[in-house]
Amino acid sequence: MTDKYTQFVSRGFGKDIAKRLGLPQPVVLRRHQPGEPLVRGPVLVQGSGGGADELAAALLSWDLDVRRHAVPREKLGAIILVLDEAARPEDLEKPVLAAAASLRDLAANARVVTVSRAAAGAPGPAAAAARQGVDGLLRSLAKELRAGATANGIVLADGAGTTSPSALGALRFFLSGRSAFVDGQFLTVSTTAGQQPADAEKPLAGKVAVVTGAARGIGAAIARTLHRDGATVVVVDIPAAGDHLATVANEVHGTALQLDISREDAGARIIGHAVERHGRLDIVIHNAGITRDKLLANMDQGRWNSVIAVNIAAQLRINEALLASEHFRDAPRIVSVASTSGIAGNRGQTNYAASKGGVIGMVRATAPLLAAHGGSINAVAPGFIETEMTARIPFATREVARRLNSLQQGGRPGDVAEAIAFLASDAAGGISGEVLRVCGQNLVGA
Amino acid sequence: MPVNGTSSTGPTAAAGSAAAPQLRRAVVVGGNRIPFARTGGAYTKSSNQDMLTAALDGLIARFGLQDERIGEVAAGAVLKHSRDFNLTREAVLGSALSAETPAYDVQQACATGLETVLGLANKIKLGQIDSAIAGGVDSASDAPIAVSEGLREILLDLNRAKTLPQRLQVLSRLRPKDLAPDAPNTGEPRTGLSMGEHQALTTAQWKITREAQDELAYNSHRNLAAAYDAGFFDDLLTPYRGLSKDSNLRADTTPEKLAGLKPVFGKNLGAAATMTAGNSTPLTDGASTVLLASEDWADAHDLPKLATVLDGEAAAVDFVHGKDGLLMAPAFAVPRLLARHGLSFADIDFFEIHEAFAGTVLSTLAAWEDEEFCRTRLGLDGALGSVDRAKLNVNGSSLAAGHPFAATGGRIVATLAKMLHAKGQVDGRPARGLISICAAGGQGVVAILEAH
Repeated sequence: MTDKYTQFVSRGFGKDIAKRLGLPQPVVLRRHQPGEPLVRGPVLVQGSGGGADELAAALLSWDLDVRRHAVPREKLGAIILVLDEAARPEDLEKPVLAAAASLRDLAANARVVTVSRAAAGAPGPAAAAARQGVDGLLRSLAKELRAGATANGIVLADGAGTTSPSALGALRFFLSGRSAFVDGQFLTVSTTAGQQPADAEKPLAGKVAVVTGAARGIGAAIARTLHRDGATVVVVDIPAAGDHLATVANEVHGTALQLDISREDAGARIIGHAVERHGRLDIVIHNAGITRDKLLANMDQGRWNSVIAVNIAAQLRINEALLASEHFRDAPRIVSVASTSGIAGNRGQTNYAASKGGVIGMVRATAPLLAAHGGSINAVAPGFIETEMTARIPFATREVARRLNSLQQGGRPGDVAEAIAFLASDAAGGISGEVLRVCGQNLVGA
Repeated sequence: MPVNGTSSTGPTAAAGSAAAPQLRRAVVVGGNRIPFARTGGAYTKSSNQDMLTAALDGLIARFGLQDERIGEVAAGAVLKHSRDFNLTREAVLGSALSAETPAYDVQQACATGLETVLGLANKIKLGQIDSAIAGGVDSASDAPIAVSEGLREILLDLNRAKTLPQRLQVLSRLRPKDLAPDAPNTGEPRTGLSMGEHQALTTAQWKITREAQDELAYNSHRNLAAAYDAGFFDDLLTPYRGLSKDSNLRADTTPEKLAGLKPVFGKNLGAAATMTAGNSTPLTDGASTVLLASEDWADAHDLPKLATVLDGEAAAVDFVHGKDGLLMAPAFAVPRLLARHGLSFADIDFFEIHEAFAGTVLSTLAAWEDEEFCRTRLGLDGALGSVDRAKLNVNGSSLAAGHPFAATGGRIVATLAKMLHAKGQVDGRPARGLISICAAGGQGVVAILEAH
């Protein structure tokens, strides 16, 4: 549900008051609904190189209204700013200022997507400066946009081009309502691996996916989203949560596996269930996690150990089993749920942040191991998400927390699930070892 | 099973004549139950239909049966509201199964659950259906309360009365005592004795000591607690209303604690009174389900085949005239079933003898060890034999788990099937388990399962 304040200031009297008083003006975000168009309105592609031309041509095949030149005062659904050929900082000026002239014509919930090259592989200091410059540009632009519009960037590593499968996959994700709560973020396309789905509405058709911690909240939303995208879903949670788990399993037409993931044999049990009951295993979503908050000065062994055991040690052990299994060799995908706490830190969450930072380290180090099988592993770091857990935060604290981002509202469990579903799809096959924040560009942290 | 009862020819009877149809195997795919709750506890506000639906939905979730049209679902309850005449079908309609799944109710007292398994397994064996869900449920908390017999007659007459004077005349028959409700009880209609009082007589007759009963109760709690600790029930049980373990389980009970309890049944027996709340099952609420299938159906659905339902047998005793104890019918059914398959106790790897009371189990075991009883009452040459206690109720039974009457059969079948599957082969033959359940009315139903 959209929070009450957002509903109030989204129309009529409330909208008027918020404007006069300079109050935050969050809007109801455009979220993906099956059958809805990818973008509402024309898509303007700015940039002059061959990469931009190829990209514009690719977009035409998606039945989008693609423009290479802006028509003043015509509402735009998206601006794609292709900067892949920028060799010096000065090269940014022309396309960036051309795009700037169209910013006021962006429709509500519009999208800006930059496409640039990775600074790490730059041929020299000037090229690196131009490429890294896009980072600051994009993050600042995201903070400038209003009315639910977001700005995100695609970074191409050496070898990847503007029309590599995962560059197009990431572009589709950023343009769509699936990325509603992703703002000011970059995804790096490291290889030309991956492929576009045969059916854009069912990108996970034929896949078997396991979701841990699926009995409620974000995990249940992930299960629903993977099911909507065509996957057969195995939902996993601790035996004590079995009743909620059964409800989710029956809703998504999947199977329930009551299992404590910190058990020694959890990986084998997960693989066994998926293979015996559904014939294969393609996707594992490590979502299960617990919090045992306490200031470090007051931390005890039980709180510290339980969080480490469930949030990161279990994922490592299950991944070992997956990597060793012959059943996880056909373009396997792993997506882990990290947290902005693991990036930016959070008072009272040293144990949790250590575990979630650990997830990020694990994901980066596991990516090369999965590459051998055409697989990928990524993490999603949620910011403030409206769940049963955050609903228990005291009102004032919660109200501040949910406004402290560029979209001035909390995300929904489904927003996290959308990012995960994208990273679990073959369209994201060329993206691995990445951490994607789903935080509405939280003002805290990197 | 009167048909089987008439043939005392032994092991080949099941094969029948040459004209008999080739029987398929009926396999146990798995089960699901909700934790059993002591009456007045977590499920006080849950109806039989609520609990049976929850148990079904957990089973559906475990095996991915959403929108599946199951061949037939059979379940039942012992304590049943008159409005629940179609209890099982209503539960199916409220579940995630296809609404095109037919269902029927069974009621055979505490044997209800096991009888649903046997009846449905027979249909599968005959090829009438390919899949089935057997189950049972009972709530002693949400028990039906009827109006008194006097009030009921007055209300029916009132309904038939046509004029005001007639109606007033009928109403004038109403007396204060008619307003007292008629609550259900576990008393036997023909003797007026409660089940516990009946068993107290049997317990005394077989000279079962207090210590032996307390030891059996202690083992039940210890075994059930150990099974929970080992995660044994992780794929047999789905939590319900905040309960994730049987609320009657006392993992910390000791023989000393059990020895300290006062007798509650057979108090008129004086020093011979041995039955306490600790070695008798409490009133319990709960539900259980078992998924049965033909081998082909299980394979086609990529489902496990834990055990086959080999055969079953029912028996009844004349407890009214005191010939046998109320709960002793399984003592007669088991030897008949074993004989039909040419088996002895040595061929059984797990004994699941329902613990209505510790005294029931021990009286039955004593009867089988008693040469006189086995010769005169069972028609055997000598004692049937001793049950190896190490094979008896190894993951706990009703004394610890509780006993929602009709739900006990499903609990035992699913538990035993899992144990048999894990055991696999014994001496080159499939592991075998014997189930024995006593029931009100002097009845008993027993069955044999084999590892698949």
